[in-house]
Amino acid sequence: MKLHITQADYDALRAHGEETYPHECCGVLLGHAKDDGNHVSAIVRAGNTRTDSAHNRYNISPMELIKIQREGRKQGLDIVGFYHSHPDHPAMWSSTDFAEAHWFGCCYVITSVDKGKANLTNAFHLSGTTEDDKAFQQEEILITKAVGENA
Amino acid sequence: MKINIPTPLRAFTDKQATVEVNGATVQAGLDALVAAHPELKNHLFTPDGKLRSFVNVYLNDDDVRYLPAAEASAVSADDELTIIPSIAGGTGRPGVGASRVLCCR
Repeated sequence: MKLHITQADYDALRAHGEETYPHECCGVLLGHAKDDGNHVSAIVRAGNTRTDSAHNRYNISPMELIKIQREGRKQGLDIVGFYHSHPDHPAMWSSTDFAEAHWFGCCYVITSVDKGKANLTNAFHLSGTTEDDKAFQQEEILITKAVGENA
Repeated sequence: MKINIPTPLRAFTDKQATVEVNGATVQAGLDALVAAHPELKNHLFTPDGKLRSFVNVYLNDDDVRYLPAAEASAVSADDELTIIPSIAGGTGRPGVGASRVLCCR
């Protein structure tokens, strides 16, 4: 399983993390789930509602998520993942990320932003079907030139 | 009414993104959904029958939890319910340099 994403979308989600530094950014990956992994067709920036603790927390309001989902469906796209940044923190999922992860089958992309500069970007697939058997599994990010390309 | 199913729960609705059900209230609609797709029950509700804390249900553009009648709110055939799991996280670090104990299980 790999995350398929265009260079433009990959660059854009990393740039988002630099723009919001030292706060966490967040957004949604729209696309299609296929046998070889999630294919991203578009990314959508979202607001971080955790203004009380934006340097170490993010939350996307359900209503914003619903609107993104509605717009996506109009284009035949589903929510296949999310992204957020870790300001001055490794691009690894945290215990908070894990506890708050409920979108099974989706990909959680995390970018470390060190001193304002995007560093590593990792993708984690949330496997399992329940809160008891869920697990994050790191997956390869396959950068494509255009949506639908294999490499 | 139409119920929108989020991607992670479509495994339990025969991959359907929307499910049509009959019901006079939000609760009746959710009950009808679970009756049609029993595997959803565990994912939506706690053992004592309450919506799980990370499961948001919206009646059109309103969070059902904040409606005066909550799940007992009346619905019409034209209404739309949307089930949307929460999305949140973050480093959770209390401060720079104290992060490692919080990273990964």
